[in-house]
Amino acid sequence: MTDSQSNYDVIVVGAGHNGLICASYLARAGRKVLVVEVNSAPGGAAATREFSKGFSVSACAHWLYQLNPKVLKNLALESHGLEFVARDLDTIALAKDGNHIVLSSDSIEGESLTDSDKLAYQRFNQQMLKFSKLLASAFERRAPKLLDRNFTDLATLAKLGFGMKMLGREDMRDFIRLVLINIYDVMEENFDNELLKAAISIDGVLGSHMGPRSPNTVFGYLYRRLGDVYGYKGPAVIKGGMGALGEAIAASAQSSGVELRTDAAVAKINLDVNKVTGVTLVGGEVIDADLVVSNADPKTTFEKLIGFRNIETGVARRVSNIRSRGNAAKLHLALKRLPDFTGLSDAQKGQRLIIAPTMNYIELAFNAAKYGEYSEQPALDISIASLHDDSLVPAGSQVLSAIVQYAPHDLKQGWEVAKEPFKNLVIDCIAQYAPGIKELIVSSELLTPQDLASEFHMTGGHWHHGELSVDQVMMMRPFPGASQYGTSVEGLYLCGAGAHPGGGVMGLAGRNAATEIIKRGDAA
Amino acid sequence: MRPHDETMLLQTPFHARIAKACELNQWDEWKGYTTPHAYTEVEQEYFAIRNSSGVFDLTPMMKYRITGPDAEAFLNRLLTRDIRKVKVGRVAYAVWCDDGGQVMDDGTVFHLGRNDYRLCAYSRMMDWMQWSAMGFDVTIVDETAAVAALAIQGPTSCAILKAMGFEGIESLKPFGIRTFAFDGVILMVSRTGFTGDLGYELWIEPDKAESLWDKLFAAGKNFGIKPIGGAALELARIEAGFLQAGTDFVPAEETVRMGRSRSPFELGLGWLVSFDKPIFNGRRALLEEKKNGSRYRFVYLDVEGNKPAEHSFILKGNKVVGTVTSAAWCPTAKSNIAFAQVEARYGKPGEKLIAEVYYQRELQWSRVLAKCTVIESTVFNPPRRRQTPAADY
Repeated sequence: MTDSQSNYDVIVVGAGHNGLICASYLARAGRKVLVVEVNSAPGGAAATREFSKGFSVSACAHWLYQLNPKVLKNLALESHGLEFVARDLDTIALAKDGNHIVLSSDSIEGESLTDSDKLAYQRFNQQMLKFSKLLASAFERRAPKLLDRNFTDLATLAKLGFGMKMLGREDMRDFIRLVLINIYDVMEENFDNELLKAAISIDGVLGSHMGPRSPNTVFGYLYRRLGDVYGYKGPAVIKGGMGALGEAIAASAQSSGVELRTDAAVAKINLDVNKVTGVTLVGGEVIDADLVVSNADPKTTFEKLIGFRNIETGVARRVSNIRSRGNAAKLHLALKRLPDFTGLSDAQKGQRLIIAPTMNYIELAFNAAKYGEYSEQPALDISIASLHDDSLVPAGSQVLSAIVQYAPHDLKQGWEVAKEPFKNLVIDCIAQYAPGIKELIVSSELLTPQDLASEFHMTGGHWHHGELSVDQVMMMRPFPGASQYGTSVEGLYLCGAGAHPGGGVMGLAGRNAATEIIKRGDAA
Repeated sequence: MRPHDETMLLQTPFHARIAKACELNQWDEWKGYTTPHAYTEVEQEYFAIRNSSGVFDLTPMMKYRITGPDAEAFLNRLLTRDIRKVKVGRVAYAVWCDDGGQVMDDGTVFHLGRNDYRLCAYSRMMDWMQWSAMGFDVTIVDETAAVAALAIQGPTSCAILKAMGFEGIESLKPFGIRTFAFDGVILMVSRTGFTGDLGYELWIEPDKAESLWDKLFAAGKNFGIKPIGGAALELARIEAGFLQAGTDFVPAEETVRMGRSRSPFELGLGWLVSFDKPIFNGRRALLEEKKNGSRYRFVYLDVEGNKPAEHSFILKGNKVVGTVTSAAWCPTAKSNIAFAQVEARYGKPGEKLIAEVYYQRELQWSRVLAKCTVIESTVFNPPRRRQTPAADY
């Protein structure tokens, strides 16, 4: 056991994108920052994985659609190796008969669509963007505390209130009416086409333990549409997979003076009663610092790294009550060549493909998850990134990646026995839209939420480090009383997706946390 | 325990004996149990406590057994005082707080063996203890119904226990625990109580409750033993200066309105808070309070006259600065005592305040503005309370 000198101002636990972003801003403000990461590569869930010889794929998140442009610019990510190989992709809702619907940022096309659906989509789209813009206004700063009468917080609340007022009477009424209800009802209100309704509603439930009829799914949808506010007119693909984003952020951080140590697992965050003193690595090395910023999810941070017995009961209770049931699995297929999809041109195969014929299909898929079972007919979000980036695969080959819902983290029969049958079931599901795909498979893997949990150290395998729902956002994220990135433990901050404003590869949690730490100055 | 659909209130294992002795047939409800308000006459019962011995059934007191390798560490995080200093065979008064440093309850901790404790409390708090147990290797069992308990309080209490054959009981120190063989089982005796007098509490399995009652009253026949109800105990505890949860403070988790709970400092219990130990619930908030000052101060008042200042406003000049939570004319101390909570800048010892006392005589309400003085402690504190070996009376 060695004790290194206390020459770091801040230790960031976890080199996920938020951890690295937070570290960068802190280093730029003159702090000496060390980032410790358990995995070998930086980026956290923005990772690229070679799952079969020569075949690489984005291991968790596979689209980039809401990375905050300020973060992109401040960190000069594009000069640190970030390269967009595709932007503003369409979303295509697949139909078995090939009658697909193509959703662009402001219009929809498809033979099955009526003019009234097309008109309704434009209206709906405009309104949702207004609402997402309103959310965005509150997301670029710390979440306000309600009782402290702090000027900054009051200003944030006033801005949110004013923003709501400025929506105009009709839209404000709609916002208040819609934000807490379910996307199913909203779809029924607006559209006739079942495939269209399903394709929109899936954005309200991806990554969550919710079905289209669950409350909070409109909020989930608006959250996803933040990307449009940030200038994304659809998902983007990064050269080298999402891991390349992790590398670029890491490179930017290091150029700002951040020290990065990979393959360094933090065993615990050290405390002097209730004050942070540094971290102890697995293996016993102690690194001192007065500030520790955790990029790990709140449950991992408080339960594993701090220990519930070292915090007060109320905090332990709130942390253990955070809802973070992961329900999304990842399927990766190494393919000999580009598969045929009924009715899809080759160019269309590079867009975002959705398998979810109706909202009831998604809801039925979710039913299984409620009872600890996987969906017999899962909903899928498919990316064939190799169409945009041939560096991911051997020449002529392709790689397909699919987000699979629903696959509960705590599967009743256990994933050891269920993993293989479920993988085959998902492949069968895709084969209904891409006949002949099975013959092209060189190798395949399924990452269950348990795999994602152990690979990326996310409790429950939940992408967002905790459900994104109205009861767990703003001042209630990650839990009431621990908002504004600080915690009940002196010197401990949270900067991950578990903190405001939440998950997705957005980067604001990391940026806001750094802003708050800098603002608190020496007191922090 | 009886199913709740058979009877609304539960009966303690002493109930058959109590019902027979309860001539007034006056009952109270205490955490779901039927419990006697008074047996014959409140003052007679009170004077039994002060001059001979009174017996009180405290079975309804919530009793939690905490065992396991982390029992001590668990309690040290739960309670504000340093439980590591309470040795095996000792009892300690304690309070516990929420994260905001607000008192959830008070009670006594019995250190029965290594990592084996019993926590007696006013409130049901299994949920809070289960939340608090996360991260600790402990087992928590609610043994309220599994342990019958009697308090025997008063100057002759030691003599009565000696007459029962509990040899050496006189050498038991205040807050000490000892066990004796009784009717084929183990009887635990602790020198504890809620009267501020010489007294003991007896803990036994429910099957032997009636036998204990019978033998105790047989042994106490010539020592003036008398069963006492809640009313007499209330008088004795006010005279002794003991707080009653639910009366002198609202348990933090039961408060609905903001600011209605109190911290240990605000209840005069700062001596129960130890900052020289690992993290405990409320630590951060209490440190902050210590630095910035409290909102309220708990005071004992010696009130002029003999009208109990129940629920009175406390005035400084014409300004309301606090309220009374408990008050009584205390017969032995011959003082009119009130417990009050006043704004923190008032209530220093010796300060003169005014209690606005309302009382009714034959439907006529009257008001007196009684002068009162802040006193450091209540006046009833006889040497026999602590004297060891305990004397015979």
